[in-house]
Amino acid sequence: MARWTRRRTRLGTEADRATFRTLHTASLASPALRQGLTAASAEKAVRHLHALLGTPAVALTDTTAVLAWDGIGSHHAAQSGALAARAVAAGTTVLGDADDLPCEAAACLVRAAISSPLVVDDTVVGTLTVLAPQLTGRLVRATDEVAVWVSGQLELAELDASRNRLVEAEVRALRAQISPHFIYNSLGAIASFVRTDPDRARELLLEFADFTRYSFRRHGEFTTLAEELRSIERYLLLEQARFGDRLAVRLRIAPEVLPVTVPFLCLQPLVENAVRHGLAGSSRPVTTVTIVARDLDQVCLVEIEDDGAGEDPERIARVLRGEPVPDAGPGTGAGSGEGAHPSVGLGNVDARLRATYGDEAGLVVETAPGAGTKVTVRLPKFTPGVHA
Amino acid sequence: MTADLDPRWGAGAVAVVIVATLVIGTWGLRFSRTTSDFFVASRSVRPTLNASAIGGEYVSAASFLGVAGLVLVYGAEMLWYPVGWTAGYLVLLALVAAPLRRSGAYTLPDFAEARLASPQVRGLCAVLVVAIGWIYLIPQFQGASLTLTAVAGAPGWLGGVVVALVVLAGVASGGMRSITFVQAFQYWLKLTALLLPLAVLLVVWVGDGRPTGAGEGGSGVTGPGVADDWSMPFGGSIAGLADGPQGLYVTYSLMVATFLGAMGLPHVVVRFYTNPDGRAARRTTLVVLGLLGVFYLLPPVYGALGRVYAGALTPSDGADTVVLQLPSLMLDGVLENVLTALVTAGAFAAFLSTSSGLTIAVAGVLSQAVTRRQAARPAVSGTGQGRRPRFGPVAAFRLGAVLAATVPCAAALAAPDLPVARSVGMAFAVAASTFCPLLVLGIWWRGLTDVGALAGLVVGGIGSGVGVVAALVVEGGSGGWTVALLTQPAAWSVPLAFAVMVGVSRATPGRVPAYTDRFMVRLHTPEVLDLDRG
Repeated sequence: MARWTRRRTRLGTEADRATFRTLHTASLASPALRQGLTAASAEKAVRHLHALLGTPAVALTDTTAVLAWDGIGSHHAAQSGALAARAVAAGTTVLGDADDLPCEAAACLVRAAISSPLVVDDTVVGTLTVLAPQLTGRLVRATDEVAVWVSGQLELAELDASRNRLVEAEVRALRAQISPHFIYNSLGAIASFVRTDPDRARELLLEFADFTRYSFRRHGEFTTLAEELRSIERYLLLEQARFGDRLAVRLRIAPEVLPVTVPFLCLQPLVENAVRHGLAGSSRPVTTVTIVARDLDQVCLVEIEDDGAGEDPERIARVLRGEPVPDAGPGTGAGSGEGAHPSVGLGNVDARLRATYGDEAGLVVETAPGAGTKVTVRLPKFTPGVHA
Repeated sequence: MTADLDPRWGAGAVAVVIVATLVIGTWGLRFSRTTSDFFVASRSVRPTLNASAIGGEYVSAASFLGVAGLVLVYGAEMLWYPVGWTAGYLVLLALVAAPLRRSGAYTLPDFAEARLASPQVRGLCAVLVVAIGWIYLIPQFQGASLTLTAVAGAPGWLGGVVVALVVLAGVASGGMRSITFVQAFQYWLKLTALLLPLAVLLVVWVGDGRPTGAGEGGSGVTGPGVADDWSMPFGGSIAGLADGPQGLYVTYSLMVATFLGAMGLPHVVVRFYTNPDGRAARRTTLVVLGLLGVFYLLPPVYGALGRVYAGALTPSDGADTVVLQLPSLMLDGVLENVLTALVTAGAFAAFLSTSSGLTIAVAGVLSQAVTRRQAARPAVSGTGQGRRPRFGPVAAFRLGAVLAATVPCAAALAAPDLPVARSVGMAFAVAASTFCPLLVLGIWWRGLTDVGALAGLVVGGIGSGVGVVAALVVEGGSGGWTVALLTQPAAWSVPLAFAVMVGVSRATPGRVPAYTDRFMVRLHTPEVLDLDRG
């Protein structure tokens, strides 16, 4: 007996347990709702909302029609849609009685409906419609409260979506960052070969065309490591045409990692960074940029290293944290973003890698003044939802 | 073994193979460069090279030594081993290769997660990968010890330890850089190491007037009078386990395990990721079929020759080393030493390639378990204040590799002397009872649910796991139906796992992932078709 009481206390009173049950049921609906209000997500969420409210039927609608229905009496769907439209127009909860829900079936339990609007950012996006044998004050209150909670979840979904849009905008910004300076400099370098070495000039021009085509590509968030490296090779060819012997490049790529799916333009900004910082303020006659891709079974490690001037680690740390950093001084203008923030590419790549693969995939930067810079990227070979 | 066999030859051959492996592993990529540093990136692994690598990794101690030993002792029935090991790729080609590549999964746990979105199924698959890897690694280390003892008179523990150390050295030194070249090289080395000595031995055999074992007193374990049984596919007692209907059962069990087990071997599956697309994956599998078909012609001939010249060898007497001993039994002088050195080199290549492939596959799973537990942060070293994770990815991988190699190595030193081919058969049985249903149903049936997969994996894993334990306990002694059913579980555990997976999935239709149809489209649509796979 004592044991029984102890267990009861540990689990809480009946009311406590009812609360836990309610919270648990609500938490089951939450992942679906966090994907926004679509037919698919409504389908998954409405089951749990039904369990939460315990009425004969529950429906989620958009502004005009039913998205998902759980429970009996789905022949009332069209009527519920009309009721939902009224609730959307009114912007408040609308009650419907037997007149709004004419029905042939005598035993049909659906005789009343409560349609409560779902509001995201001050806009009604749909309704939660509850169908019951009769209207009670308690049910109306419960419906309103659940609708408010669902609205909250949908707002979070909107937040997720806007974060994704932000990442997409950053990719677009990165594409736009292929700066006029790089274009001038490349074309200038090509022009210098036109008379002395027309074949090389032609080849470089074709490389330039391919490089820009890849960088301005519109579709797809992901690409393969092979594609990304091919573009980097083109970029380096163009830079070598300009800098000649001052820039040496070493690539050591394990062929096994070439098919790995990677975020579009996730390495090229790092290579541009290495070239720019390697050549800027370096007293050496030759700067070497080394790109190594290693196969570590489930992950692929890409290391991009230059033996240039290096940087203050604290500055890099602030760039990665997204804090404003005072400009280190005039760059030599090798790559993109000349005159703009020197390490903006670094922060962008870091943020996108974290958004794609989780926090453990962030950039690792090893640097010190005078000691060159090494950036390590850790790319998992497989991540759910990531495919080219 | 004749007295004039010089152990220095064998030891030298082993040393050469080890050095060659490490050298190609470290510098292989430099040899493969043509004009400049550029455009290395655009050269992906071709199907032929990848197929050689798969062959190199797949042809293990069991194939190189074990098959000949089994054929020598038990006769033609044992041909089902090489037949099954090759036919496994036919099943892989037809049902799995291209869709698996298109799924984008690297490992089997990856596939489970992509298909079912369940961390539980993923976790269970990871455990199974480690289990299969370890079961498969034990005979590799055993075989290495056996080889060094046979050709160089080394103490019994040395070979396994040497292989484990070389594999770890390769992994730790970043020798992964060109693992594909290493493995491809090992395949061709193994083929050469069997083919050349065999040609010489056959010439000797013809010169001897083509004797047959039966005429020499039928000295095999089956005894005089039953020599004809030796060459019959269903002739006698299979693996000394059972006769009559039980023998038939055991044969079918073996076929099920080997036909369906190849697709569930962790180190084989990851190689398909290296192919750029599903089409290349199919081509690779086709070439693998050819390469294995050629290779597996050779060991049975050694077994047959062994019956003529080394009929006295029995399981307890080291029948597994018949491939190594034949040259010295049939030849004299320098040729004897050279050929023994060559087959020793091939055998060591077999141990090295299979165990490094398995070690890497297991290490990957283990290191992922380590890294997933660490919350990482912006890490800047040097003079900055940024903190680094306790284990970087490289350190975590090395740690995983050490665990992956030392556990089975210790087990190999402690375990009783199982016939090499049979313990590899157990790894196949586990793979066939767990990953085969998961892959086949996951790829071809949209009704699979996470609960169904979990139930099927558990049932198949336990069923075949019982077989592993039983085989360790019973050890070769013949018994009734119970022993046959327990030690060769595949014939019932595989259908049972399939049935449980289907049944439980049918009982939980609500748990079919919402995106299943889209996933199926991605798995089964050829890459040439232009359509939205998102």
